Formats: sequence, C-alpha cells, structure tokens
Amino acid sequence: MHSRTELIMKILFWASGIAIILFLVGILFTLLSNSIPALGEIGIGSFFTSGLWRPGAYGEPTYSINNFILGTFMVTVGALAFAVPMGVAAAAYLAEIASPWEREFFKPIVEVLAGIPSVVLGFIGLVVLAPLIARFFNIPSGINALNGAILVGIMALPTIITLAEDAITAVPKEYRHASLALGGTQWQTIWKVTVPAAFSGITAAAMLGMGRAIGETMTVLMVTGNMIARPESFLDSVRTLSANIAIEIGDVAFGSVHFHALFVVGLVLFIITFIVNLLADILIHRKPEVNK
Amino acid sequence: MQILNSGIRKTDKMENNLNPNFACETNDSGNSYCEVQVEGLNFYYGSKQALFDVNIEVKEKGVAALIGPSGCGKSTFLRVLNRMNDLIPGTRLEGRINVHGEDIYDPSTDVVELRKKVGMVFQQPNPFPKSIYENVAYGPRIHGLKNREKLDQIVEESLKGGALWDEVKDRLHDPALALSGGQQQRLCIARALAVQPRILLMDEPTSAIDPIATQRIEDLVRELCQEYTIIIVTHNMQQAARISDFTGFFLQGEMVEWGETSQIFTKPQDQRTEDYITGRFG
Repeated sequence: MHSRTELIMKILFWASGIAIILFLVGILFTLLSNSIPALGEIGIGSFFTSGLWRPGAYGEPTYSINNFILGTFMVTVGALAFAVPMGVAAAAYLAEIASPWEREFFKPIVEVLAGIPSVVLGFIGLVVLAPLIARFFNIPSGINALNGAILVGIMALPTIITLAEDAITAVPKEYRHASLALGGTQWQTIWKVTVPAAFSGITAAAMLGMGRAIGETMTVLMVTGNMIARPESFLDSVRTLSANIAIEIGDVAFGSVHFHALFVVGLVLFIITFIVNLLADILIHRKPEVNK
Repeated sequence: MQILNSGIRKTDKMENNLNPNFACETNDSGNSYCEVQVEGLNFYYGSKQALFDVNIEVKEKGVAALIGPSGCGKSTFLRVLNRMNDLIPGTRLEGRINVHGEDIYDPSTDVVELRKKVGMVFQQPNPFPKSIYENVAYGPRIHGLKNREKLDQIVEESLKGGALWDEVKDRLHDPALALSGGQQQRLCIARALAVQPRILLMDEPTSAIDPIATQRIEDLVRELCQEYTIIIVTHNMQQAARISDFTGFFLQGEMVEWGETSQIFTKPQDQRTEDYITGRFG
C-alpha cells in the first residue's frame, strides 16, 4: 500500500516535470510548423532583406522584419540603459545599506511594481509620459520608442532588483571585511568589491530583465506608435516584433501567407528570447571561484 | 629593549626581567614607544559582556600573542583595536584605547585613518576575486593613489614584504583565488602591508592552512615584527611560544595574565595560566 502511493507520487512528479519540457517542445513545434508554409512560399531571406513589412500590398507584398527587429532592439536597449544602473543601485542599497525595516518596506513595493498589469502601464504611458516627452523634446507627439523604452525599463526593474540583490547578498562577507579593514569606506567597498564580485549574478539579472523587455507586448503596442517605417531616433515611432503580431493576428485570414508569416515573426522572437535566457542561465550557474 | 627588534628567540630573553606592564614609559633606548594602550576595557554584545576590565600596553614593534580557549574574547579584543566590531550591531564599549597615542574611540576619530594605520589579516585567507596585482593595489588605490609606476612599486615591495614576490612575480595578473591557501594568506599580508600600516592584527592567520605554509607565515611574522607591531591571536600555544615576545592569556573575557612570552610559558604567575599552558583545560 505504502509503496503504491510512493509510486503514484513519483509518477505524478515525473509527469509534471516532463510536461514542462513537452510544453516547450510543443510551442517550438507549433511555431515551426506554422512558419513553414510562409518560409516555403516567400523564403527565409525575404524576411531579412531591407524594405518594409507590407504583407497586404497589392501586386508585390513584402515581408521584411528588419525594422521590427530594430524597433525591438531600441526599446530593449533603451529600457536596459536606465533599468540596469538603477536596478543595481537599488539592489546594492537594499542588500548593503538599508536597515531591516527599510528592506521590509521596499521589497513588497518592488513586488507590487512587478504585479502591475502591462496594459495599465500603457495607459500611464499615454496620458502621463507621452505629453511629458512631447513637451520636453518639443515634438508633436510623445508616442515613440523612448516612451516604450522607459515603460519597459520600469517593468524590467523588479526582476533586475530582486536578482541583483540576491547576487550581492551572496557575496561572502569576508570580502567586505577585507576591504573595510584596509580603510575602505562603505561606498568604496560596495562599488569596488561587492558589486564586482557579484558581477555574473548581476549580468544574469540584466539578461533576465532583457528577456522580459524583448517579449513585452501590450505596453509597447500602446505607446510606441507602431509605424512600420525605419526609425531614425528614439523620438521616432517604432513597431516591435511582438507588437506586430498582436496588431495583425486579429485581422489576418486564417491559413494565408500573411498568417504564417506572423508565425515566422514569433519564431524569431522565440529564438531571441531563448538565447537571452540561455545566456542568463549559464551566467547564473557559473560557479564563482570561492576558496573553501 | 633591543630584544624586541632583534628577533632573538625567547630563550635568549630569559634573563631580561623587565616588567612589561610598565615598560612603555620607562625606557631610554627610544624604540619602545607605547603603540597600544588599553585601560579598563569592557565590551558588550548587546547585554552580554564579552570583555572584562582589560588593561595592557603593547610596545612598538615585536610580536604580542593572545592565547586562550575558544570564545574567551581574544578575537573580540583584537577587533576592538581597529574598530571592526563597529560592524556588529548592538555592541558597546567602555574604557580607553589609545593607538599611537590617540584615543581611537573618540568621536573625532577617523575610522578610515585608523584602519590604514592598523592593518588586519583574517583567519580565512580572503583575497578579493581579482588579480594578484589588483589585490595588493586595492588599498593604495582606494586611498587615492593613481600613479601607475608608484603602484607597481608598492605592489612589488608589499609582495616582497609578504614573502610572495618570487612565487608570483611572473603572474601578477593571474586570479588571486588560483593561489594555494598559504599563498593566499601571504597575499593578504602583502595587501595589508600595501597601505603602510604601523600595526598588523592577525586573527588566527594559520589556522586554515597547512603546516608547511604555517611555518612560512611564522617566519614572515618574525621578519615583519622588526618593522611593524604585530598582535596575533592564536589558539596554538606552541605558535605563541615560537613567535611572540609578549603573550596575553585570555579566559572568559578577562585578561588573566600578560607578560613576556618566556615568563608566561615558564613561570606563569596565575594558577589558571599554568593550568592552561600545561594542558589541564582548553
């Protein structure tokens, strides 16, 4: 009797683990199988040639996603450019300086920030951030890449803060003591010893924040303007890979080349996020060389 | 008093019958300036008292060893001297501690300056996860030295001072954590020397390394004590006997006896010291 329960539990746990793998394989399979018709029809090269995404154009539809990759890249890099320094600084504060009650106070706030639905942030982007950007840069509209980057950065902050704080807390206290005993100030100890020692963990935090930023759809769709033209600067409207899928999937004829082409866009997005997450994972699991 | 600087072993000092407790002021050779004076030191972790009315005077240069069973307060005492105990919340201190004539617990004391003057070597070798060079250059750098040539020079001198230069001179930019435990500890000593301290505190520096490496560190301590005042905590009585000029015996937060090493190990004044030395407890 006892051993039967054991066996059933074992199978249940095993099946749960296996299910995760199956989901991943299933997603990849769906993306691939739905991409193949489009890849066969128009060839993989035409997705990456210069030009525009005009799948509905009469005569000669074009499928270049270069501008979307650029748009995704701009929003992501723009987001990380301020979210990483800010997140690491906040993490260093929480891990090294904050008193216990400050930590108790700030950590739930960080978690609440993580829980804000992206569509709500999109609203804020439209009614608060857009007018601010327009006024600050003296441009007609604040619906652009910068707006998206700022909001996505805010969304990536909780991930970065939480993981970077873990990484900084994990740095052996002996390093801090060594620095302080040499006459280092707390500030010097944090920036010259503790944070560098947590470098791989902090990089992993940034990468996972990046993974979050790349795939972010709703906020970006609401505040970046979604123009298909090539953006020249952060003050131009951009369309990201994810936003492109979300915008068009509702209008497209099921089974058409356009429909399958959107799956190719999804596949590209999947591959990019997969690589980012894989790199983050490698960095997290790289054992720090600690003598003991 | 010249014995402190000469590195002569304890057997040669047996005839010298000076009273170490009051030797600081009354000398005429000029080199026995009192480096550390502790008066009426009581130390508390929260409500728990860890040190009881400790009074000692440590002279310039030479090696002072602090011995005693685990938890007797010898490490706590050591950390009072460079205020590393400040890092532990809820600690409290009474009494007066002068280092080089200045009250180090005076509100005007600059802790950074104090720790520059009073270096520390820890029980576990704790080099930074940086290169050998960067480990040694760290101290001078944070104190504002940028000149590359000067840094190179300090790194070389400090590594020579730490008796590590010959082993690492061709791989200064290798990671410090690739060194052996004993080498890492000598690197930590070199790192402490790089900020040109006057006093070196060592908290059981050989307890985490092998006997041969221990021997090297002991030899190094004897060399360094000609230029620096070294206060070393050790749980190893033989080590104290081998390398120190003065020895203090701690028991349950009290300094039971403080005197010349030869006297402590041959003619202890206190029964508890004798019991400990002869291995009746500890």
